[in-house]
Amino acid sequence: MVSPKISVKDLDIRFGGIHALKEVSLDIMNNEILGVIGPANSGKTSFLRAVNRFNDLVPNYQMSGRITIDGLDIYGQVDRNGLRRKVGMVFALPVPLPLSIFDNIAYGPQLHGISSRKKLCEIVEKALKAAFLWDEVKDRLKKPAHNLSGGQQQRLCIARTLAVEPEVILFDEPCSGLDPISTAKVEEAMLQLKSRYTIVLVTNNTKQAARVSDRTAFFLMGELVEIDKTDKIFTAPADTRTSDYIEGRFG
Amino acid sequence: MTRDKRNQRIREFFIEKTISASGIASVVIVVLIFVFLLKDGLSLFKIESIQDFLSGKLWYPISDPPKFGILPLILGSIVVTAGATAISVPIGVASAIYIAEVSSPRIKEYLKAGVELLAAIPSVVLGFIGVVTLVPFVKQFFNLPTGLTAFSGSIMLAFMAMPTIVSIAEDALTAVPRSYREGALALGATKWQTIYKVTVPSAASGIVAAVMLGVGRVIGETMAVMMITGNAAVIPKSIFQPVRTLTATIAAEMGETVRGSDHFYALFAIGIVLFLITFFINMIADLYLHREKR
Repeated sequence: MVSPKISVKDLDIRFGGIHALKEVSLDIMNNEILGVIGPANSGKTSFLRAVNRFNDLVPNYQMSGRITIDGLDIYGQVDRNGLRRKVGMVFALPVPLPLSIFDNIAYGPQLHGISSRKKLCEIVEKALKAAFLWDEVKDRLKKPAHNLSGGQQQRLCIARTLAVEPEVILFDEPCSGLDPISTAKVEEAMLQLKSRYTIVLVTNNTKQAARVSDRTAFFLMGELVEIDKTDKIFTAPADTRTSDYIEGRFG
Repeated sequence: MTRDKRNQRIREFFIEKTISASGIASVVIVVLIFVFLLKDGLSLFKIESIQDFLSGKLWYPISDPPKFGILPLILGSIVVTAGATAISVPIGVASAIYIAEVSSPRIKEYLKAGVELLAAIPSVVLGFIGVVTLVPFVKQFFNLPTGLTAFSGSIMLAFMAMPTIVSIAEDALTAVPRSYREGALALGATKWQTIYKVTVPSAASGIVAAVMLGVGRVIGETMAVMMITGNAAVIPKSIFQPVRTLTATIAAEMGETVRGSDHFYALFAIGIVLFLITFFINMIADLYLHREKR
C-alpha cells in the first residue's frame, strides 16, 4: 500500500452561514491527476482552495478536519507561503502579472531568493518548455505578457507555477475561458506533468475530466458523492446522481 | 396616444438641451476666466519684459520705480511645495497602502472617515492651529529667530495634501484586480512581497496621479501659507527662513492696489503663472490617470 500524497479527512468548510463543504474525506496519490467535477456551488473550488490555504483569505472562513501532505498537517505548523510554494495553483482566468514574459516566470524563483541571472534563465526556459510554450515565445521573452493569446497566457501561468518547483499543482477550471485548440494544448501539458507532479483538476467540463484524469471525484452541494477510477465513474457510477450529472440530466 | 408621445418628445428635448447647456457652461466659464486673466495679466508686459518678470530678484511693487521680479515668490512656492511633498508623499502613500491592503475592514472604515475629516478642515483653521502650535514649536526646537518659516508652511500644507493623496492612491490600490494578488500569493509570495512587487507597481500610475493632485492642491493653497510662512519676499537660502509664495502675494496685495495700476496687472500676471503651473500638474496627473484605465 502506497501512502497518499494528500490525505483529506472530514474536511468541513463554512463561509459565514454557508456550508460549502460537508465532511469530505479522500486521498490523492503521487503522480496522479484527480479530476473534480460537479455543478456550481458544489464545493469543488472551496475544496481546492483549502489545499493551498487560499480560503484563509476570506474573512469569515471556518474549517474543521485535517489535510495532510506527505503526512504533515498543512493547517498545523506549516507556514502558508512555504505551503503555497509546494502547492502551486493555476486559476480559471489566466492572470499574467503586469510584467514581461520572462519576469512573469522569474518572479516566483526571485521571491524565493534566486538572483543569479544565469540560473533564472535556465529556470524560465525549463518551465516554458514544460508548459509547451517555449517555441512560441522564445524570441520575445522581454515583451509584455499581456500581448499573448488567452491560451498562451494560461500556459504562461502554468509555467510560472512550475518555476517555483511545486510538488502538487491545483488547476481551478483552467480551460474555462479557452478555445478547443488551446484547451487541447493545456491538457497535453497536464498529461506530461503527471509524471513529476500530483495534480488536482477542478473542471466544469466533464469530458475534460474523462480525457485527462486518472480518478474522478463527483461533488454535489458540498458532499463528495463518489470517487473512483475515471473510466468507472463515466461508465458504471455507483450513485445514480453521478450518472444523472454526467449524462446531463441536471447541473 | 400621439399627444402623449409628442409631450414626451418635447420633454426629452428640454431635458437634453438643459444638460448640454450646463456642460457647455462649465467650459465657457473656464475660457472666460482665462481670457480675463490674460487680458489683465498680459498688460504688465507692456512695461516689463517677461524675462525680467520671471527672473527678477526683487519684488518691490510700490517703490518708485517699482520692481516686479517674481523669482523670490516662485522659489518660495517651490520650497514650500517641495517640503510639503517630501513630507506628505511617503506618509500619504504608506497610509494608503495600509488602508487598502493591510488593515481590517473595521479599522479601514475608521481610517477612511478620518482622512475625509482631515480633508474637511478649512485651510484657515489649519493655518490658525499652525500659528498657535506649530510656529512656536519650530522656533523653539530649531532655535530660530522666528517660527514663521517655509518649513512650518511645508508641514501644514502636508496635512492638506495628505487626504487627496491617501484617498486617490487608496482607490488605485483597491482597483488592482484581486487575481493579481492571488497570482502572487499562489507562488508563495508573502503579503509584503505581494504588495511591493505586484500591487503597488500595478497601481503606480494611479499613485502618481494622486501625488500630482496633492501637489496641485499645495501650490494653489493660500490662506494657511500666508499665515505661517512669514511673507518675506526674499530668495530663501534654507527651508528655515521666511518665504512668500505666489498665492500669498496675490491674496495679501490685491486689496491694497489700485485697479488698472501696474501693480494690479503684475498680480494678474502672477495669476497666469500660477494657472500654468497648476494646469501642467493637473495635466500630468490626468495623463497618468488615463494611462491606468487603458
